[in-house]
Amino acid sequence: MSLLEVKDLKVHFPVKHGMFSRVHETVKAVDDVSFSIAPGETVGLVGESGCGKTTLGRAIVRLVEPTSGQIFLEGEDITTMSGAALRSRRRKFQMIFQDPYGSLNPRMTVEQIVGEALDIHKLTDSRSARQKRISELLKSVGLDPIYAQRYPHEFSGGQRQRIGIARALAVEPKLIICDEPVSALDVSVQAQIINLLMDLQQKHGIAYLFVAHDLAVVEHISHRVMVMYLGKIVEASEAKALVRDPQHPYTQALISAVPEVDTGTKRKRIVLPGDVPSPIHPPSGCPFHPRCPIAQFPRCSAEYPVLRESRPGTWAACHFAGSLRPVTAEKAG
Amino acid sequence: MNLLEIKNLKMDFGKNADALRAIDDVSFAIGTGETVCLVGESGCGKSVTALSIARLVPTPPANYVGGEIWLNGRDVLKMSARELQQIRGGVVSYVFQDPGASLNPVFRVGNQIKESLKLHRPEKANDAEVIRLLKLVGIPAPESRIRNYPFEMSGGMQQRVMIAMALASEPKLLVADEPTTALDVTIQAQILDLLSELKQRLGMAILLITHNLGIVGDMADRVAVMYAGQIVELAPAKELLRRPLHPYAKALMNSVPKLHGDADRLSAIPGNVPRIGNFPKGCRFYPRCPSARPECADTMPELVEVEPNRWVRCLYAKELTK
Repeated sequence: MSLLEVKDLKVHFPVKHGMFSRVHETVKAVDDVSFSIAPGETVGLVGESGCGKTTLGRAIVRLVEPTSGQIFLEGEDITTMSGAALRSRRRKFQMIFQDPYGSLNPRMTVEQIVGEALDIHKLTDSRSARQKRISELLKSVGLDPIYAQRYPHEFSGGQRQRIGIARALAVEPKLIICDEPVSALDVSVQAQIINLLMDLQQKHGIAYLFVAHDLAVVEHISHRVMVMYLGKIVEASEAKALVRDPQHPYTQALISAVPEVDTGTKRKRIVLPGDVPSPIHPPSGCPFHPRCPIAQFPRCSAEYPVLRESRPGTWAACHFAGSLRPVTAEKAG
Repeated sequence: MNLLEIKNLKMDFGKNADALRAIDDVSFAIGTGETVCLVGESGCGKSVTALSIARLVPTPPANYVGGEIWLNGRDVLKMSARELQQIRGGVVSYVFQDPGASLNPVFRVGNQIKESLKLHRPEKANDAEVIRLLKLVGIPAPESRIRNYPFEMSGGMQQRVMIAMALASEPKLLVADEPTTALDVTIQAQILDLLSELKQRLGMAILLITHNLGIVGDMADRVAVMYAGQIVELAPAKELLRRPLHPYAKALMNSVPKLHGDADRLSAIPGNVPRIGNFPKGCRFYPRCPSARPECADTMPELVEVEPNRWVRCLYAKELTK
């Protein structure tokens, strides 16, 4: 059984205009998204800013309310749960945020930050047990327990992210939603945090939903990857296969746009014209068609391509998925 | 003669006992039409170095302690305020990381570009020239766009406006300080393409500041790697990416995950980037260096030429090339 199952999830935000705040339009931040995560698995979620990836992550932990659809955690529907019931389920899923500066309370010591989770869920029965557990947690994320009495501002970005991870680990969750956990960090520190997350997964069998915009990082850490565009998943595949042979033209462009260190083979870069359209007025038919290099009319502007299995294990929302020429290995002409 | 030559530049923040050395003995040159990348992590001094070229770092708090900055045959550090005004924009233009914050929100973009024209090419300060510039940087329908305010444009479009503004004065050197960091990858690809195309067409030199080694591979002729206020390696870009010599450059390359990479585990650099004021006494990388030896703690290495055109700041530079 999968650990997390998301079915037809929609998160729509009303856009208010005018003095009477009437709702005229909605932003479809997440539109009809379905996927699942197995225990101990890392699923990557990539997309450009505004594509809805953060909203999707937050909806799963119920930090934003889904408009419709269902979220199952270990087979149990948590979509509409609230109060004490939801709180007790929150032991199973935790979140790590992008900004290690903004996500820790500056007036609490590390011990208080990590201990708060233990107190809320009443996980330790004595003071000494609490203290022991906190030092264990700090050690497990590579921090010296003697720092427990310090405040967040005394730490570097990478260390703060470790504190955030220790806080998430305190309740022994089965799933952690990581929302851009390394993008605010220095390049040399990013690798430390990525390695730490992978080690913790090995040790505790935690599953991750890893939200990021950096494809190379996502490919490295994930078993499977989903690509999001304008609130919809346009491709979902095993990580290595996705990068080697992308099935959706947007994924192809995204991969080709990543500047690469390797100077040996110059790849042909697909430069997409224009910007990501507004999610208030998404294009008709396939939402990607105005920027798509292989769009065919009128089909692509009229008919929405449903997500279909274009090759075993790979799902793509494109009318022409599977018939694309691989471009990643091509030499520049 | 090189277009830009920085020699042994030293800069402090603060005075006397409180002085913190932000740039320590930085030297490099840029030839006409060349692209040089300055690579390093936050706080390594790359932006301050770049701003120094037009003496844009306010003094105080900054204090130029030593060195020379030769731009177009003249030492910037000895220029009068009037002369500085001429080279700012006239010889060197800047494009910054966050176009949203760099543009004035209450003026139409057309007028902002015209301002640059008025200062440097007053005979051309008209709508037609603004439209030509916007067309040059690939903005569709420039005739209507000149009346836009910055908030009416996307991040990519705003960055194009910034580039148009920088180009208005026809500079010989364009300094781009993390020009694509705030942008999405697909937009980043557009802007990088635009920069290389403009460089070809206009023959200007580019100093590109980035922390992304991938961008170096795409854009640079030569690259300078900075760490804690110093250049630790200076080399042709292809050479450096293929065979980095300095332990920091090497470690940085290995710690970045690569697309199509097969490494199970990234080789992370232990510890943190030292903050200004806390730089180690000897080699600044030695506490994190995998091949550090006891001498590294006390002796500050010099930047030495280990191979033609390859400079490395390491006590054991000669051994690194083997």
